[in-house]
Amino acid sequence: MHGRPRKPLKPEDAAASAAKAEKLRVLQSQFLHNHHNHIYSKEAVELSTKLLETNPELYTAWNYRKLAVQHKLTENDSDPDSLKSILDEELRVVESALRQNFKSYGAWHHRKWILSKGHSSIDNELRLLDKFQKADSRNFHAWNYRRFVAASMNRSEEDELKYTEDMICNNFSNYSAWHNRSLLLSNLLKRKVEGFVSKEKVLPDEYEFVHQAIFTDPDDQSGWFYHLWLLDQTVRVDSPQLVSSWPTPGSDLILLGDRCLDGCASSPFTRFHLDSRTFPLVLYFNQAVEGVNSSTITVDSELNTNKDLVWKPLSSCNSKAAQVWVTQLNLPDGNTHSSKVFPVEVSLGHSQGIISSSGFHYSNPFCFAFRVSLQFVETQPVEALGKEIISWRDESFHNYNAHSQDSSPISSLYQLSIKNDNELTDFEWRAATIAKEIDHFRELLSLINCKIGKLTLARLLMAHDAMMCPPANKISHSEEVLELYNDLMRLDPTHVQYYKDQHSLVLLQQVTSNWESLLSRCFHYSNSPSNRGSPMCLQLKNLSLSRLGSFDKLLWVQMLDLSHNELRSIEGLEALQLLSCLNLSNNILGSFTALEPIRQLKSLRALNISYNEIGAHSIDTTKYLCSSPLSHSVGSEWNHGQTVIDDDIKSYWEAYFILKGLNLTQFDIVGNAIVNEKFKSFLIKVLPGLKWLDGEQLH
Amino acid sequence: MTGNESESELPVPPYPPIEPTAFDLIVIGTGLPESVISAAASASGKSVLHLDPNPFYGSHFSSLSIADLTHFLNSHSTPSSVCPDPLYSDVEISNYASRLLSQHPRNFNLDVSGPRVLFCADHAVDLMLKSGASHYLEFKSIDATFMLDADAKLCSVPDSRAAIFKDKSLGLMEKNQLMRFFKLVQGHLSLDESEENNVRISEEDLDSPFAEFLTKMKLPHKIKSIVLYAIAMADYDQEVSEYVLKTRDGINRLALYNSSIGRFQNALGALIYPIYGQGELPQAFCRRAAVKGCLYVLRMPVISLLTDQNSGSYKGVRLASGQDILSHKLVLDPSFTVPGSLASSHQQLQESFQAFSLSDNKGKVARGICITRSSLKPDLSNFLVIFPPRSLFPEQVTSIRVLQLGGNLAVCPLGMFVLYFSALCDEVNQGKKLLHAALSALQKLLVTGTAGNSSTAQSEDMEEAKPTLLWSALYIQDLSLGQFGSIISTPTPDGNLNYNDLLDATEKLYRKLYPNEELFPETTSPENSEDDAGLTLES
Repeated sequence: MHGRPRKPLKPEDAAASAAKAEKLRVLQSQFLHNHHNHIYSKEAVELSTKLLETNPELYTAWNYRKLAVQHKLTENDSDPDSLKSILDEELRVVESALRQNFKSYGAWHHRKWILSKGHSSIDNELRLLDKFQKADSRNFHAWNYRRFVAASMNRSEEDELKYTEDMICNNFSNYSAWHNRSLLLSNLLKRKVEGFVSKEKVLPDEYEFVHQAIFTDPDDQSGWFYHLWLLDQTVRVDSPQLVSSWPTPGSDLILLGDRCLDGCASSPFTRFHLDSRTFPLVLYFNQAVEGVNSSTITVDSELNTNKDLVWKPLSSCNSKAAQVWVTQLNLPDGNTHSSKVFPVEVSLGHSQGIISSSGFHYSNPFCFAFRVSLQFVETQPVEALGKEIISWRDESFHNYNAHSQDSSPISSLYQLSIKNDNELTDFEWRAATIAKEIDHFRELLSLINCKIGKLTLARLLMAHDAMMCPPANKISHSEEVLELYNDLMRLDPTHVQYYKDQHSLVLLQQVTSNWESLLSRCFHYSNSPSNRGSPMCLQLKNLSLSRLGSFDKLLWVQMLDLSHNELRSIEGLEALQLLSCLNLSNNILGSFTALEPIRQLKSLRALNISYNEIGAHSIDTTKYLCSSPLSHSVGSEWNHGQTVIDDDIKSYWEAYFILKGLNLTQFDIVGNAIVNEKFKSFLIKVLPGLKWLDGEQLH
Repeated sequence: MTGNESESELPVPPYPPIEPTAFDLIVIGTGLPESVISAAASASGKSVLHLDPNPFYGSHFSSLSIADLTHFLNSHSTPSSVCPDPLYSDVEISNYASRLLSQHPRNFNLDVSGPRVLFCADHAVDLMLKSGASHYLEFKSIDATFMLDADAKLCSVPDSRAAIFKDKSLGLMEKNQLMRFFKLVQGHLSLDESEENNVRISEEDLDSPFAEFLTKMKLPHKIKSIVLYAIAMADYDQEVSEYVLKTRDGINRLALYNSSIGRFQNALGALIYPIYGQGELPQAFCRRAAVKGCLYVLRMPVISLLTDQNSGSYKGVRLASGQDILSHKLVLDPSFTVPGSLASSHQQLQESFQAFSLSDNKGKVARGICITRSSLKPDLSNFLVIFPPRSLFPEQVTSIRVLQLGGNLAVCPLGMFVLYFSALCDEVNQGKKLLHAALSALQKLLVTGTAGNSSTAQSEDMEEAKPTLLWSALYIQDLSLGQFGSIISTPTPDGNLNYNDLLDATEKLYRKLYPNEELFPETTSPENSEDDAGLTLES
């Protein structure tokens, strides 16, 4: 069935197939006549049999037969014998249709439908399947059907697992068999069937098994895919976990009413300029979770009463689940001169309710505390960053000299890795397994040059690093991984974009993996170099980044320079709730919809998206994924109060959708195809707080 | 037809007269080469008389009962005035359980020319399909191949992708190396040169010794031995011997092996074996010949040749019945010696006779047969075992191949096993040493192999559970290639596992016999086209 070359038709074959087509057309028109006139006579049904046996792809004919069967069944309601013979005839027709075409969806579906009537022997089906699967062991229709049959007859999953093993031993180039194996094992592990109680016992044998395939023939990808599944099973921690937060545990947060002019030696990383009477509390989980609310999270402080807190998921699609959750804590009214310290305690996991999308509960009671103090400068208005234009030029940035005390609050970012007891016991074999796999694939790659082997090694090394990360970072493999991805970009240009993305993620992990490397990319922003209280900017420019990540380590960032990269998307950036200045210039963002994460960045004041490709692509494939006046999914956003500019909305509704909720004071968009006078005037209307557009002061 | 005639005694004269008395071709002896020739000649319309002095079909290619085999070997190993230079020598037959074996007088079909199997893609299979002889045969797969490793243990031979995958003894890297080598060979053999990763092996490499090439491919020693002796089936030690396999030939042997795997859907691996024994093959060709009009007379010795008075050239034969039959051509079984009364008077014929007497032998093959009551491998019954050169003793220069067959092939009663083994040798003593070493190695393996499951055997019948080895026969056979003169002499069974070389030689003889005829031309007749899909394979 596989790997057979297609031969060009000989002239006589072509003639034969034309004659066959003619015959089919005649049959088909007769059949349609019967169908439309609801004729279910013996002759009419036989005609459809003939038609389907020649062309099983005609799903209308299968539907007709279903109607005919229903019709006959109502006629012969009482007689079980004739009932059985009607259904048996259907099974026979399906079988001969399948002989004609193995991969006919309609035929397989019809068979399921007949069996669901419950009058036919299911045992026969397994015999039929054995025959079909012998003829083509990889046919996924047959495998699908096999799962249906096995479930219907309550065949044990262990038996089915053995069956996949036999099939794989016959020929291991069988995606369907490997796939079925992964399904069966997942179920057995989930149900904790005897012999499948722990992954630690089951997975090593599976690794051993798939190694035989991978090493025998590394060019065959079916084994690699199973290996990838195994790797995921090894690394995956089922229950959701809290990865990081802002403010960080144990930190002393100083909230400033205006630019700090005092001599306070506090770290710029824990200082936060305040625009409003609130500040965010951000929780970053290792996977998307639902059920974060005031009953699952307790925030204990003088600032708020817990039950008033509203937790919002930060996700681009309007889903109820998100990896990042945010709530706003209120500042006390009045009394702004007091240097009073407000302790805040956050606890979670004490009651159930936070649940991952795969149904696992957050089960690790955890509690952390931080302290907030306020410093207001009397005379200055609250508008801090809006007063002067932000310049992204190099001369505005000054090296940051780390003060010894600075390292403590930020390094606490890396202390928020909580391991529960269950995991600690698990950790040993997981780490050992990954280490063993790394050795195997290093050895393989020493013999042969193999793309998927390199990719797998890169994934293994990253999994290893992720596992070893807290707290004492042993040897990081990021350099080696980056080299592997560089290799892959050269070897496999077809998938260069994927490798670039992975390369970017690894690079960001490397940058954020420790305090020193992060600090080397931090700069003071100041127009006057002496000013020590000026904002801190994280510069990640010129890194060829095509994708962003490691947001869990960047929750504190207020000013971010991502210019001169290769970004098409800024997915995940919504996690940086403190962000007030963002430079995305000189990337390859192709549309406003690519900026969707900034909708959630309520602190954003200065945005630079100059020199991108917005408007350069005549077809914006993502445009229709985003909410529009025409779509009803997110309809509420369009229902009120935009009659003012409805004319421009027609042309720029995606720009409107992204920008309208923002309170930008500075916006740079020069160097994008979309920019013209009309668009500029639209921008001024949609962003009423705007003071500088492309560097020009507005009046 | 199997062995039924063999029990009956030679009929006493008078023999019924044969009609007609002149044929295009007379063939004497019903071994495989002779049977193929008579079937091919009959199929192309020649009138053929096929004679055999034995009461059974197959001559040196037959499968016989214990008694018949004993008689056959003994009678063909004693020099006599009739046969001064017998085909077999040093026959040693030992019976350790005559009481038990005599309970099954008819249940054995022992191959005279074992060990022998067919490769699914080999010449014999093609000929059977082309000739229609396959209609009379049924086959079963040989389950596996094992090789004696350095620790004197049987390790499985990973001969295909699936077998490499399943193999438990190779390391992961060894699996990778072996599979890459197989792919290299496949790439080399592939017709599609356009595919970029099909790297051709260079001419220079093809002319180099295969063992050197394998070393160059960085194959570890163990894998090298597997490829050389268990897949390419090299006869001689490839490191030191003068009979070195060239890379070109090695690759061709691998190609045969590789194309054999998966040729037939029911076949598990590369090798198959005919149910009821190898003797079925010549019989099937004889049947085919009979269908096409060939006349068969068994138990009919020829007592002399007839020659033309004037030219002295061959004219016909005189049968034991006294009848003279004339023919244009004569094909003779290699062990045949026609009483020289006629030949002596005619110088020319005399010469041609000597030309195909056994003086041209190019060596010997030492053969052994054992009957055991337990398998070398507890869970398998039909498989091949290779004792590569120097695995048994330092002076062992040739590979010894062992074929174990079980009762499900109808060669012995269920619960018993027949083991054939053979090795090439230059002279008798060397051959005997090989046979004895092989026999004792097998006995050792039988003891260790059955240690695990002996409890069941013992509980059944303590007395009968011993000994494992029930019967054995060791003998040395001379080799000859066959000759073409005015009388054609066919080749003796060779030392190979399959019939490829023999049938190539047979085809050459046939082409010389009938230069304008093809051996079984491809027919388009409906009787063959219907089911030319394959052999009957019992799974």
